[in-house]
Amino acid sequence: MVEMWAVFRKDLRSEYRTRYAVNALFLFALVTLTALSFATGGAGLSPLLAAVFFWVILFFSALSSLAQTFVKEAETKTELFLKLTAPDDAVFFGKWGFNLLLIVLLEIVLTPLFVVMLDVNLVHWEIWAGALLLGGVGLVSTITLLGALIAAANVRGALFSVLAFPVLLPLLVTAIRVSEVCFGGRSEVATGDAFLVLGAYAVISTTAGWLLFPFVWRD
Amino acid sequence: MPDDNPKTSSVAPQFSLIIDNVSKSFGPHLICRNITCELAIGQSLAVIGPNGSGKSTMVKMIAGLVRPDSGRIRHLLDGFPIKPEYWHRHVGLVSPELALYEELTARENLAFANQVGGWERSRRDFDDLLAEFGLKGRGDDRVSTYSSGMKQRLKLAAALLKEPRLLLLDEPTITLDVDGTARVWAALARRQTALIIATNDPEEAGRAEARLAMGAPEGRGADG
Repeated sequence: MVEMWAVFRKDLRSEYRTRYAVNALFLFALVTLTALSFATGGAGLSPLLAAVFFWVILFFSALSSLAQTFVKEAETKTELFLKLTAPDDAVFFGKWGFNLLLIVLLEIVLTPLFVVMLDVNLVHWEIWAGALLLGGVGLVSTITLLGALIAAANVRGALFSVLAFPVLLPLLVTAIRVSEVCFGGRSEVATGDAFLVLGAYAVISTTAGWLLFPFVWRD
Repeated sequence: MPDDNPKTSSVAPQFSLIIDNVSKSFGPHLICRNITCELAIGQSLAVIGPNGSGKSTMVKMIAGLVRPDSGRIRHLLDGFPIKPEYWHRHVGLVSPELALYEELTARENLAFANQVGGWERSRRDFDDLLAEFGLKGRGDDRVSTYSSGMKQRLKLAAALLKEPRLLLLDEPTITLDVDGTARVWAALARRQTALIIATNDPEEAGRAEARLAMGAPEGRGADG
């Protein structure tokens, strides 16, 4: 636990001084949201379309920045230092915690902006908060593991999108269905069932990430 | 199975390294073939050879960062093998391919290594290490403000923080001036480790008791 906390604090301090991931994360989200706002021109969005837009923004923002925690270690040659100093569990959960903090911050900033700029009616806040939390955990767990995987590759950007999309598709589809309800729509999927899927995805992706990480990190 | 964590060991266990018939290729390029040797605490080995001969790869294999294609590398404590996932606890590495966090200060780098490695060193230990490597008074400066020689000395300090049983030095003095080089050799002389130096500098190689000659880049096997 102390080791995990040390990795988390190191990433936080490093990020505070370099703004390596934060800039990519927030700028991508804000630019995309602004572009969508202009494109829709104030026309009311259907609940389904609003949900799709929100998760697409979140998905690509996360893709553009969360993997940086590992890519940066490879690019700045600190990867070997980390490998020879920290236990694998501490590295995975330290970076997982850091990524989770980033995505939760983005969700907190993005939600009110999204509601205002796209003129969306957010009806069920409590369901929305749950969907963001569980969806965020699933997103972060998957991207953290894939980030470690692609950090060793040469064609990082292309490989990351190709790997992440099919793995995250069930999460995205389910999160969009739940979010549709939050925006006042009627989803074909029962919200309770969708939450079960999101919860199961979060638990499975986190456990799988933790178990698989040593193989990705060491080999 | 002996306790492989230095911080909880009351009597220092005997460490030894065994490289047994190790071969490694990258694609069609043979890096090394059938390398065999042994090393214990207090002994030193120079891995020598021209550029591209696989010295750094050999060092990384010994550190557990690269897997050999065939053969085995074992780290033993009192004759018992240590699992590879725990090798990082007692291996110190200084390499051109390893850097410290430039956005952190020297002291923050050492503190991070200390916390994450569970070494329980004190702030005074950090100061002593920094002074030993001529970095006294620069501990609170960011590493990005350091010269290449200072960074190299800090890397050595960080590697020695854990008091490694096996210390791997890849081109250790390549960026150092005369004073820095002297500090490094003096610091190493004060410590009891199994030491491996990968170098193509004859003077550096001459400081080790034994030599392991790696083959030519074209892929001839090294003779161990």
